[in-house]
Amino acid sequence: MTLVLEAAVLGILTGGVYALMASGLTLIFGVMRIINVGHGALVVLGAYLSFALFSSLHMDPFVSLVVTMPVMFLLGVLLQLVFIRPLKTDREALSVLVTYAIALGIEGVLGYIFTTNYVELRGWYETATFAIFGFHITWVYVFGFALCLLILGGLFLMLYRTAFGGAIRATMLNRTAAQLIGVDVDRVAAIAFGIGVATAAAGGVVFGITNAFNPGSHYDLISRLLTIIVLGGLGSLRGAIIAALLMLVTEDITQVLISPVWANFVFFVILVAILIVRPQGLYGVRVRDRI
Amino acid sequence: MSGTPTLAIRPARATALKAFGLALLALLALLLPVVAPDPATTNMAIFTVMYVGLATSWNIMGGYTGYISLGHAAFFGFGAYSFGLMLIHFNVTPGYPPFALVPVAGLLTAVLAVGIGWIALRTRAATFVIVTIAFMFMLQLLGENLVELTGGGAGLGLPYSHDWGGDFFNIPYYYAMLALAVLALVISWWIRRSKFGLGLLAIRDDEDKALAVGVPTRGFKLTAFVISALLVGMIGAVYGYYITYLYPQFVFDPLIGISMVLMAFFGGLGTLSGPVIGALLLEPAQLEFAYRLGASKLYLVFYAAVFLIVILLLPRGIVPSVADLVRGWRRRQMGPTAGGSRKAPAASAGEEPPTPAQQGLASP
Repeated sequence: MTLVLEAAVLGILTGGVYALMASGLTLIFGVMRIINVGHGALVVLGAYLSFALFSSLHMDPFVSLVVTMPVMFLLGVLLQLVFIRPLKTDREALSVLVTYAIALGIEGVLGYIFTTNYVELRGWYETATFAIFGFHITWVYVFGFALCLLILGGLFLMLYRTAFGGAIRATMLNRTAAQLIGVDVDRVAAIAFGIGVATAAAGGVVFGITNAFNPGSHYDLISRLLTIIVLGGLGSLRGAIIAALLMLVTEDITQVLISPVWANFVFFVILVAILIVRPQGLYGVRVRDRI
Repeated sequence: MSGTPTLAIRPARATALKAFGLALLALLALLLPVVAPDPATTNMAIFTVMYVGLATSWNIMGGYTGYISLGHAAFFGFGAYSFGLMLIHFNVTPGYPPFALVPVAGLLTAVLAVGIGWIALRTRAATFVIVTIAFMFMLQLLGENLVELTGGGAGLGLPYSHDWGGDFFNIPYYYAMLALAVLALVISWWIRRSKFGLGLLAIRDDEDKALAVGVPTRGFKLTAFVISALLVGMIGAVYGYYITYLYPQFVFDPLIGISMVLMAFFGGLGTLSGPVIGALLLEPAQLEFAYRLGASKLYLVFYAAVFLIVILLLPRGIVPSVADLVRGWRRRQMGPTAGGSRKAPAASAGEEPPTPAQQGLASP
């Protein structure tokens, strides 16, 4: 029983990281109606940027976010301008292919520079633990969770308390109507993509400390992230967060009760089960023709 | 699809030209192993013909109905594994007999596709794409986890014929792949000109309207999905027999799933010849780059670049773009007087009558 409880706690802590990464993905979908299949690769790229700063300047991975997040934000804006904006027709299908290509490109470049050997981000908190109610929890999970809460909190504040957040939400609700009332939807889309990519960098640091990764790690990541946002309902931030916590807790409990090799599989089983009952996901709205 | 009387000569000449080109291509495909029997060439030919078949099969679902599946590698891998397991458990003599099991592997894949399709087709557009990816990874995990059945990550070795050696080894596989590619093309052609195909195109253009005018959309979508999966499963089976060793991550490979999609897009989505042209152009290039740059992973960058160029510069693919050029050229040739009947030359321009989606009607 304690094992199950410990697994649940760990599931919530790691679920926070997935909630952060999935939020960026679902935000991008909500604003632009595109699926960013390259999100996993951008997370891995964020992790590698921190890794490079760590190996060259001995910068702490968490501290390196000060550098990597703005860089990744700019990269996101650039990717949106160059590759996503030119898509005029059939955006939804074409964007999947374009972002897939971005993922392959990132994987190829990272593979060329860093080879396919697994690496890991390091810090004292990676192994140091503390005890609470008899559980031993590694500091990194707490730091990671706190970071995610901080960024998610900032994201929500921005979305619900600022004029720009209002513009983003208006674009998510109805692009044409937002344009009519004077929202510059192209600018909103570019900045939202940048924000999504910047959160991927933050997710990448936590992912990189808690997992060994290589350039090919993005396949596993993106399949999980996509499952999470479909489960939560595409374009729903709240749905993504709840789905991430639900998935990771279930996964960690499966790991303890059944076997680690089946933990990943449960992810997809939950997705299938939910789709049979609710094809639009937990918080999704069933829109005619779209979802 | 007969041209209007006034334009009868041009379509006839176009048809003759097309028939000649097709015959030449068929002759080339049939004679290739005789002309160039060295294993390096036949190996490249096997993979190229395989992707002709895969892209054509994928196009039956993705091109005609507009439902983009990125998880067709699930059916490819399932076909390969079910075929391999049958070979081992039924103790089939290696050589020609195993080819008889290829259709059985296809049927098993079709059964799986009914289940997957039933669930995945409850969703549309973006969600459908994601669900197909999820199923692909689900099968990859099953391949890795069911160690007693599949051998897991250590792989599954298939028996192969020791009588076939040297230059001959590749040849039976080549003709098997060619037969499947032709089968896929014939089925795709038949669907394209059937009432069923018309229903699929209606689903692509506006599913709700199609349903309203009486197209049984659910049944049609599922049928197209299953036909497409059956063909991919059979191709996967021959592939498995050819490479003789199956690993979950190499047959349930997302790159295989995306390659067939890229080729169909490159040639022209929803056209008959598009996927063929896409595969004939891209697969040899991909093999060449993987061979030259494979160790450094840079071939992925090349692949990504081709991808981005295709989609950003030719979003509708080669065939529709070229058809447009030809149409414009003809209109100029006929002079301004004939310009009034825009429809006639369009209908005679080729096998593919332009549809609204090809003309960029799809909603943003």
